[in-house]
Amino acid sequence: MDLGGINPVVLIASLMVASVPILLAAIGELVVEKAGVLNVGVEGMMIMGAICGFIAAVSTGSPVLGFVGGATGGAALSFVFAVLTQGLLANQVATGLALTLFGLGLSSLMGQGYNGIKPPLTEAVPFGPLSDIPVLGVILFSHDWVVYFSIAIIAAVWWVLKYARTGLILRAVGENHDAAHALGYKVGRVRLMAILFGGAMAGMGGAYISLIRVPQWTDGITAGAGWIALAIVVFASWKPWRVLIGGYLFGGISVLQLNLQASGSRIPVEYLSMSPYLITILVLVIMSSGKGRASLNAPAALGQNFHASR
Amino acid sequence: MKKILLASAALVLIAGAAVAQDKTKACFVYVGPIGDGGWTFQHHQGLLAVEAAYGDKVETAFQENVPEGADAERVLTQMALSGCDIIFTTSFGYMDATNAVAAKFPDVKFEHATGFKRDAPNVSTYNARFYEGRAVIGTIAGRMTKSNKIGYIASFPIPEVIQGINASFIHAKKVNPDVTISVVWAYTWFDPAKEADAAKALIEQGVDVILAHTDSTAPLAEAAKTPGIIGFGQASDMAAYKPSPRVSSIIDNWAPYYVKRVGAVMDGTWAQQDSWEGIASGEVEIGEITEAVPAEVKAEADALAASIADGSYHPFTGPLNKQDGSAWLADGVVANDGELAGMGFYVEGVTGDIPK
Repeated sequence: MDLGGINPVVLIASLMVASVPILLAAIGELVVEKAGVLNVGVEGMMIMGAICGFIAAVSTGSPVLGFVGGATGGAALSFVFAVLTQGLLANQVATGLALTLFGLGLSSLMGQGYNGIKPPLTEAVPFGPLSDIPVLGVILFSHDWVVYFSIAIIAAVWWVLKYARTGLILRAVGENHDAAHALGYKVGRVRLMAILFGGAMAGMGGAYISLIRVPQWTDGITAGAGWIALAIVVFASWKPWRVLIGGYLFGGISVLQLNLQASGSRIPVEYLSMSPYLITILVLVIMSSGKGRASLNAPAALGQNFHASR
Repeated sequence: MKKILLASAALVLIAGAAVAQDKTKACFVYVGPIGDGGWTFQHHQGLLAVEAAYGDKVETAFQENVPEGADAERVLTQMALSGCDIIFTTSFGYMDATNAVAAKFPDVKFEHATGFKRDAPNVSTYNARFYEGRAVIGTIAGRMTKSNKIGYIASFPIPEVIQGINASFIHAKKVNPDVTISVVWAYTWFDPAKEADAAKALIEQGVDVILAHTDSTAPLAEAAKTPGIIGFGQASDMAAYKPSPRVSSIIDNWAPYYVKRVGAVMDGTWAQQDSWEGIASGEVEIGEITEAVPAEVKAEADALAASIADGSYHPFTGPLNKQDGSAWLADGVVANDGELAGMGFYVEGVTGDIPK
């Protein structure tokens, strides 16, 4: 099965891997935004996760602890954001941008001396004979555990938001924090939890880049993945399963453009390289134009600070 | 406030000048981090060699991760102001910045790696004949590939990279007429994520030997994930990936040149020049060929390297045609340096276009 020299089975398998970082970061950010908080510092939290995860994995020799370290690093940076925006009621967009710049700088400082080191390898989950099934084996049963984790966490977020009481409270806080407060829910605490979850997920996404996808540390390794994750949340109109579609679309085009180059396509390289971003912009324009439901679906209290005295 | 700034700037200048009188200050501008394990790492080894050679008589300074472009000019100006006597700018993209700053500081010597512009008398250029090394690893690649597909991760469409693609392909084809080469343009010298993605795409396309013209070890790390894929150390030995996927390497050894040129500044004999050395003088070295390569292939590669070193063979020897089939070099004719330095075309058999 070949399409112009490109094997679609291998392509699907590798787009699943390529989109893990943005999937994790986007599903975290979705929860944060559902709670009414706009944290645009995803890029900063991802890169903190990338370096913290890398340091943890290299010093302990365990890739799993690396991911724990990455999640901790991302959550720690998001805690700074929570203190500033929830405690001191700072502007969320400005704080988020500052968080990104701070994260990039701090990670570069922490990463001194970690250039060119090999982290411990994460093996594919052993599925035994299952991975030998033609087509499906390669697509479904040839990945490392984080790929399955990213899909599982999306399912979990979907279930919690839709069916669990926790999800209902989270959405109430995001839609109308005054009403939620009047009902006796701790708006600040709920938002803090959401922000920490978002930070941890972004951190894991970053750790995936430095531990599995590259696997190496270098300054600015996330290369804008956090911004794509932000766009994908809007693209998904705050619905968990659409995050998966958005992530795979972006990951798919990124992988496809390189494969097209390698297979000797006649399309100029420059167009191929810009195509993933171009398509993200196009989709966002289409989503938010006209009377699409996307803009209506945004949490009503998104980006607004809350203080009980008001 | 302004006064304080001016005063402190003056102090820095005086301090710099005072140091410069008794010590020669050699400064280096790097495009990547010194820990990249490749290009910049090797230049930094050169800096360390200068320190080892002259000890107390020399002072060194370097700056990592300097972007090619406007930032480079700022960094160079800063270095020239801080009392550097000789500044090595170690990437092709610093060419215009080097010449612009050199014109403003006629007393400072500038050495630009891999460039061709020497607008001011205080600018020299130096380069290494990387294509000689490419010819050797191209031979190994042609012998080792089982899928008859070799891949090349190219950085920017500049003559040095095109020489590399052509030299690799010519020599792979010489030992394996069925071989084809896939080129992926990464448009970066150092971006491990991008380099890894490019290597992955090549592997998915059936390539089983990867040659990289970018600076990090990421392509080798990617190759290590799939059994049967081999690659080569680029710029540095990258010995951490021995014995496979790294089966050999092209090592840039800048140390002798740096020691020589800093010495020339010290004794006042520095003059503008254009240096282009290769395997013969040791500036390009072939790293250990590991046991993953069969002995007869290793012997063949060693013999080729030896014939290049003693001058009996030139990697660009006719008959060679250009990509469009038109004749380039007649039988036995050797390409001259001017032609090589401006190389902007593929040889016959390479597919795809060079991006403009």
